[in-house]
Amino acid sequence: MGITAVAFYLFALVSVVSGLMVVISRNPVHSVLWLVLAFFSSAGLFVLLGAEFVAMLLVIVYMGAVAVLFLFVVMMLDVDFAELRGQLAQYLPLGLLIGVILLMELGLVFSQWSFAPGHVAARAAVTPEGVTNTAALGQLIYTRYIYLFQASGLILLVAMIGAIVLTMRHRTNIKRQDILEQIYRDPAASMDLKDVKPGQGL
Amino acid sequence: METVILFGPLLGALIAGFGHRLLGERLAITLATLLLFLSAALSWWVFLTFDGQTQHIPIMRWIESGSLSVDWSIRLDRLTAIMLVVVTTVSSLVHLYSVGYMKDDPQFPKGESYTPRFFAYLGFFTFAMLALVTSDNLLQMYFGWEGVGVASYLLIGFYYRKPSANAAAIKAFVVNRVGDFGFAIGIFALFYLVDGINFSDVFAAGPKLAETQFHFLWMDVNAVEMVTFFLFIGAMGKSAQLFLHTWLPDAMEGPTPVSALIHAATMVTAGVFLVSRMSPLFEFAPGTLAFVTVIGATTAFIAASIGLVQNDIKRVIAYSTMSQLGYMFAAAGVGVYQAAMFHLFTHAFFKAMLFLGAGSVITAMHHEQDMRAYGNLRKKIPITFWAMIIGTLAITGVGIPTSLMKFGDIPIGFAGFLSKDSIIESTYAAGTGVGQYAWVMLVLAAAMTAFYSWRLIFMTFYGPEKGDKHAHEHAHESGWVMTVPLIVLAIGATLAGMLWYGDFVGAGSQAFFGNSVFTGAENEVLHRAHHVPELIASAPFFAMLVGFVLAWIFYIRAPKIPAALAGQFNVLYRLLLNKYYFDEIYDFVFTQNAKRLGHFLWKRGDGSVIDGTINGVALGLVPRVTRLAHRLQSGYVYHYALATVLGLVGLLTWMSISAGAN
Amino acid sequence: MIGTDLTVILPELVLALYAMAALLWGAFRGKDAEAPLLFWLTPLVMAGLGLWIALEPQATASAFHGGFVSDTFARFSKVVVLFSAAVVLLMSADYLKRNKLLQFEFPILIALSVTGMMMMISAGDLMSLYMGLELQSLALYVIAAFRRDSARSTEAGLKYFVLGALSSGILLYGASLIYGYAGTTSFAGILAAAKGEAHLSLGLLIGLVFMIVGMAFKVSSVPFHMWTPDVYEGSPTPVTAFFATAPKVAAMAMIARLLFDAFGTATGDWTQIIALLSFLSMVLGAFAGIGQKDIKRLMAYSSIGHMGYAFLGLTAGTAAGVQATLIYMVVYVTMNVGVFAFILNMERDGQPVTEISALNMYSEVEPLRAAALMVLMFSLAGVPPLVGFFAKLFVIQAALNAGWVWLSVAAMLASVVAAYYYLRIIYLMYFGEKQAPLDGSMPAIHWAALMVAAFFMLAGVVSMFGVDTWAGAAAASLLN
Repeated sequence: MGITAVAFYLFALVSVVSGLMVVISRNPVHSVLWLVLAFFSSAGLFVLLGAEFVAMLLVIVYMGAVAVLFLFVVMMLDVDFAELRGQLAQYLPLGLLIGVILLMELGLVFSQWSFAPGHVAARAAVTPEGVTNTAALGQLIYTRYIYLFQASGLILLVAMIGAIVLTMRHRTNIKRQDILEQIYRDPAASMDLKDVKPGQGL
Repeated sequence: METVILFGPLLGALIAGFGHRLLGERLAITLATLLLFLSAALSWWVFLTFDGQTQHIPIMRWIESGSLSVDWSIRLDRLTAIMLVVVTTVSSLVHLYSVGYMKDDPQFPKGESYTPRFFAYLGFFTFAMLALVTSDNLLQMYFGWEGVGVASYLLIGFYYRKPSANAAAIKAFVVNRVGDFGFAIGIFALFYLVDGINFSDVFAAGPKLAETQFHFLWMDVNAVEMVTFFLFIGAMGKSAQLFLHTWLPDAMEGPTPVSALIHAATMVTAGVFLVSRMSPLFEFAPGTLAFVTVIGATTAFIAASIGLVQNDIKRVIAYSTMSQLGYMFAAAGVGVYQAAMFHLFTHAFFKAMLFLGAGSVITAMHHEQDMRAYGNLRKKIPITFWAMIIGTLAITGVGIPTSLMKFGDIPIGFAGFLSKDSIIESTYAAGTGVGQYAWVMLVLAAAMTAFYSWRLIFMTFYGPEKGDKHAHEHAHESGWVMTVPLIVLAIGATLAGMLWYGDFVGAGSQAFFGNSVFTGAENEVLHRAHHVPELIASAPFFAMLVGFVLAWIFYIRAPKIPAALAGQFNVLYRLLLNKYYFDEIYDFVFTQNAKRLGHFLWKRGDGSVIDGTINGVALGLVPRVTRLAHRLQSGYVYHYALATVLGLVGLLTWMSISAGAN
Repeated sequence: MIGTDLTVILPELVLALYAMAALLWGAFRGKDAEAPLLFWLTPLVMAGLGLWIALEPQATASAFHGGFVSDTFARFSKVVVLFSAAVVLLMSADYLKRNKLLQFEFPILIALSVTGMMMMISAGDLMSLYMGLELQSLALYVIAAFRRDSARSTEAGLKYFVLGALSSGILLYGASLIYGYAGTTSFAGILAAAKGEAHLSLGLLIGLVFMIVGMAFKVSSVPFHMWTPDVYEGSPTPVTAFFATAPKVAAMAMIARLLFDAFGTATGDWTQIIALLSFLSMVLGAFAGIGQKDIKRLMAYSSIGHMGYAFLGLTAGTAAGVQATLIYMVVYVTMNVGVFAFILNMERDGQPVTEISALNMYSEVEPLRAAALMVLMFSLAGVPPLVGFFAKLFVIQAALNAGWVWLSVAAMLASVVAAYYYLRIIYLMYFGEKQAPLDGSMPAIHWAALMVAAFFMLAGVVSMFGVDTWAGAAAASLLN
């Protein structure tokens, strides 16, 4: 058993366990932290496959951005954990039953797994000779999969529009700072000098 | 020209029915009547100039469905030409007559408009009848067949405020349905066997059908026998033959011109026409022909016997009509369609005239129809009297029976004499068992015909005045619109027989009919009928004399005898008076049971079973399922998600198991 | 190579580019001032594209290594989607304006959603299928919650989003299973991997079940329908109208495409799943619609039931079945456009009303509109001789010819039950109790949509305007 095999089983075990912990840990902040660990070990698996670029994406985008965002959201939301736990207990038997059945069926499915001829070679040579991983990915994405790539772009565009449409408000009854207005404010228009007679007031 | 004949009456009906508001009642009616006369004139032209060649005049493409291809077209041959003349002549005269008869009908309140409606119905009837007789295929014929049925229904129930008229209309329609059902089955069977319902196809298939066996219900029958039998069932319904006759006497509830047109001269003869038209099939069906003969002869006898004791003037004539139709069928049954058509032709004249005469009497007597309230009217309505006398002479068959006194080849006598005697001679000449039976029946019927016809004359025009004094004082002759048709028909009743004897049943018969009537190779009855023994040929004449003399004794000489006889033979008298209790038996056997079955199906079948099931499901099951569906729709997202997952797991499990099974 | 690919996807490309240009322009021009124009322009572009697709004769073409397929089936479905979306969008403007929702993003989101639908319809690959599906769904999630200040609308959007995400997950899981067992994501490859056998291998079968579940959610088929009534009721009415029409056609086309293109050899396997879904949808749509008080909720159950009938055609697994389904979808969309044109204008004193009871004695207020709605309701119920009846007849015939006797009987019985709530509306309109009448006026477009839809229901008996033959050609192109 070489070093790669040791690494593989390590990462695999860690990702499965941490995935499980995401679901069952009681504190949502802990869940997010477990999620980070799961992402990290998955990134390790990608490295083992020779897909460094995807591995780095996972680390940077998912762990660096998405997971942190999750963390903020979870911490900012006022979630009643006790209640959630109560509901969990209530639905646990049914959930377990469903889970077990699904697992059995999927086990049945995976028992039929067969490897395609030449799978070893296909795995060994993930990138063409003499091309870096990133460049190889880029060549595929921007040529063969340009259609799907652009479609994903459209999806993200829709997500952006949606976020703006659903959240941006133009409040009318609040004061906003208008710098230009402040700069161009002139004394003649905004000031009115009054001669106050002593002892009388206005 | 044939198209004008066919559609003229329809146009007239439309004008009368829809145009009378625009044109005014008088003008609309006049137009409708004039169109009918135009039709009649053209019909005579066609009849007299017809060269014997069968023509097909297409009008439009009608139905095209699968192998069923039907045109609307006119088949013009001798049979059609005869029927055209009969229908349009009688119809036009009845139109004219109705102008007078329908004026100031006491059935309708003053100011109500009903005459245009009447003329529209008459016109529609005429159109449907013409469609029937001109048809080139069975479907078109069926259309006309049902069309005249509808018109008959509408006209019998014309006095719709009278419950009895409505009941009679429904009865006529329902009884006719029974016959029509047979007719329809006959058509279906023909289409099934021949794969076509055009006459040319059907006729060509006659010999083949005669050798075809057909499995019907539980038995094997000869195809042509079965087809003709069902067709004849249809004819029995329309022509009021025994067992399907009960509607005809009741149909007298309609206005008298209607009785003359529909229930004497034209519609009821459609059955005879049908049998003659289908002669290329009937000729191959000896069994059906025997049945036709027996039914015809029996009807002639039974109807005449009922006619002996009826007191309603129109009912007497109605039974007489039924009896005469029996004669025609008897002739057709022994294969002498020519004689049947001849009698149809002459009968149209004298029977329409008798009805119109009766109508004239009824108008004169303020719509009294009971003959016991008449008497001594011959001076007050002389034209009617003389017309009725001629009609009676015609129907009873007055003529010179011996072959010594002939005008060339043609015997001398009134129309009915020639046609009826040729029928009776034919039945004898048929030389078969049923022929003998028919001959006896028909001769007896002839005697009875003479009796009841003269009884009618004597009770109406002779003897002391009876009934309402007031009515007798005011009795007077009708106007020219009513008397002219009487006179015209009287001329026809006198001369039609002698004019066309040679063509119909005499030496010119073959050339006259051409191929419109088919007679089998060994069918020589018509030929033999001219050579029956003198005594046999004279039998109907003597029977007529006996009837006349008896009537004279009973109603002129010794008026007490009828009452005494009725008392002495009370059972027989009641049997005849109540028309052999046909209505009562039918009521008991069919009507009551049908009602009971209907009631059962309504209350139990429909009410309890069907409604019960539907109500049970609708009020029991549906709300429960609905409530369940509502409860599931809780509004919680996790319930929804759970449903989704459960659905998924369920499908997966099912598929895993079924895939494992594979 | 890329040039030919682009010509194949030109309609989608034009629509996407138009949406982006409109977005830039709208943002640049100070937002909602330009909204009315976009509400006209977008339908125009979509209708124009629809005409273009319909009229341009094209052979079957595929682009991007089989990821995108353009055949008669795709063109037929796209034309239906484009026109129904255009009509609904045209009708939306007035309602949104009255309820102060007239934002320029709305037509852009619809346009992008329609782009996604067109991609779904033309998908020739699991990935492009998923991309199209997500593109259309994401836009729909947003517009479901379009009325931000309404708790119900927000709730609708959120529910739809959460459950949609779940279904997407299931779909993706199925897709990955299929990829794992077939070794490819392209439909043609999957078909080849099935080796033409009548039964799928267990891995493919389970993957397919997952995918069917994910897609059945989109057409709101029982038991994946739970979102439908809540979302229909909560969303602004034009959004509901949109939900009920174009996405349903697109999703139905996508399902047919996947089932026939990728699993066409194993019809025996998936027809029983579709049959079960069809049965459950028809029955639940019929029963749960009874007792609804809100007409939008009623239409939700109505569309659940109708999707069951549309599935009925697919259960046949034949070209005739697909043709029947396509015809059914066209008829369904037409009826829904007409009905929603009416619902959009149910108002009393300027407030939108959606209670069914508000229709009491409507025939006295607006006899013509009531008559048109009556025709549509009869057609929805499947009363002969209206087109709705023939649509049902076709699908039932197709299923019957394929041997689905029990299902056909169930379909007929369900239509009897469902007739109750359609007839109830007619009953209320003509024989109900008198009450304060609805007083909403009707803009010309809505009136025209209502009348034209009703007219088609009547005239379709005489001629389907070529829809039936074109659907036949479409079905043939899918099954070849």
